[in-house]
Amino acid sequence: MRHGKYRFLIGALAPPLLLYGVFVVSPYAQAFYLALTDWDGLSAEARLVGLANFTDLWGDPLFLAALRNNAFLLLAVPTATIALALFFAACLTLGGRRRRGVRGSGLYRIVYFFPQLLSVAILGVLFQFVYTPGNGLLNGLLDAVGLDALQRSWLADPATALPAVTAVMVWSAVGFYVVLFTAAMESVPADIVEAAVLDGAGNLTVFRRITLPLVWDSVQVAYVYLGILALDGFALVQIMTVGPGGPDNATEVIGLTLYRAAFTYGEFGYASAMGVTLFFITLTLTALALRATKRERVELA
Amino acid sequence: MRTRIADGALHLVLAAWAALVTLPLAWAVVSSLKTDAEIFASPWSLPAEPQWDNWIRAWREAGIGRYLLNTLIVVGGALALVMLLGAVCAYCLARYDFPGNRLVYHLLVAGMLFPVFLALVPLFFVVDQLGMLGTYHGLILVYAAYALPFTVFFLHAFFRSLPAATAEAAFIDGCSHAGVFFRVMLPMARPGMVSVGIFNFLGLWNQYLLPLVLNPDPDRYVLAQGLAALAVSQGYRSDFSGLFAGLIIAILPVLLAYVLFQRQIRAGLTAGAVR
Repeated sequence: MRHGKYRFLIGALAPPLLLYGVFVVSPYAQAFYLALTDWDGLSAEARLVGLANFTDLWGDPLFLAALRNNAFLLLAVPTATIALALFFAACLTLGGRRRRGVRGSGLYRIVYFFPQLLSVAILGVLFQFVYTPGNGLLNGLLDAVGLDALQRSWLADPATALPAVTAVMVWSAVGFYVVLFTAAMESVPADIVEAAVLDGAGNLTVFRRITLPLVWDSVQVAYVYLGILALDGFALVQIMTVGPGGPDNATEVIGLTLYRAAFTYGEFGYASAMGVTLFFITLTLTALALRATKRERVELA
Repeated sequence: MRTRIADGALHLVLAAWAALVTLPLAWAVVSSLKTDAEIFASPWSLPAEPQWDNWIRAWREAGIGRYLLNTLIVVGGALALVMLLGAVCAYCLARYDFPGNRLVYHLLVAGMLFPVFLALVPLFFVVDQLGMLGTYHGLILVYAAYALPFTVFFLHAFFRSLPAATAEAAFIDGCSHAGVFFRVMLPMARPGMVSVGIFNFLGLWNQYLLPLVLNPDPDRYVLAQGLAALAVSQGYRSDFSGLFAGLIIAILPVLLAYVLFQRQIRAGLTAGAVR
């Protein structure tokens, strides 16, 4: 019918697909192959070593420390962020006259959201200062409220270094999910809430029995996104922590181990094996999260 | 009466978090105007006299000005490229039937599932072999390539939802395929383009890992990279006031954009998550 359809399609699709093929598809494909070799980047040919890299990973204390720390982040970051965000979103929407939202809720949302816009590099540098022992904000704050017994070098103490990194991730992410959850909560029809209140339901019951089930889709999305964030952590750790990754591998994460193996030690095959492992972890967890949080969809109409 | 007390308690809780969010930023602003001696003396003291010189030093000597320019070039270029290619690509996949359509779409969207760390090592060598390490165009191409999957995914849904009748009418009036896209469909997709544009801009502006690996030349450092490098080197020279100033300069453009377009920015970013 319309002539030149295929000429148009080829002309339109060739540039993006070429770009995508060269810089995205081919590196990903090569990574799976490199993971099976002992390539050091210098020798002309990579020698196939089978699954040796993967068996080595399980005996590598650094990689195991990284796995442990990412597992901690994976538990702590989504849980804390979602709990806080749900709490603040509920405060914003359930308060006020006839539960139409507290006054100034727009302003709170504007302020809460801002950290989401700060790049990880900025967060890293800023919070390195916040945690500085001598003249940092956190110790200064503890001093000001008379809790100076709690003062410490947050990033130099193996017990507090990883929680300190976790806190930065949560600090920066909460606002985004407050906005996401508030939007979802506002779309819950007011008459349902009013009916429940007339039946004598308190705020907690309304939240648990009505609001939460109706915003569950958003919580599920949040879980997946925050999980992916927690599996990374590279930039914050690389900029903020001593070593980086220290003290005593307390803040080592998979991305950092991979980066160091590749670009400091030139173990490109080994680093690729870490990448492949990370990929399968991501894939498994995403599938699990989507399955575990799956519920009956609630129809509002 | 009861609700008024309850509302008071709510405001107390909500204001506490607002303070927690603002405090580190406000503290950094104040610190950027103090002398190093004042910074070491106490985290709470106000500057005796605002040291604007810190800002000038950060801009000129520490190179924040140059890093900002580099970032604008790379992010601007990549954003223009990915919006054009992504829109064309999403449009073709959404509005044309051809063999392999589904395959191409799934191949593109699958890119969102893979962690960038997996591609990192081979990507370094691909860019190296093309002679593009540490160049603007190298970074622009890589940034655009990695922003493509989400852009196509988002706009694909958007182009699907546009009515077919307008395009049909344009074809009957003798418009070419490219003409229909640029003059009819693209203007209709503007809201979607704005959302995904904001999303991409922030994502690219905040890139740290890719430039760290692909952009080793300090003269071409982007802001995130330059700031992190500065944190290390300024620490040795203990020019903390200069570093605070650099930090604030890096935050200011984003803050300014947020104040002006906060509604669109929040809508754009959350729309990205809901899809």
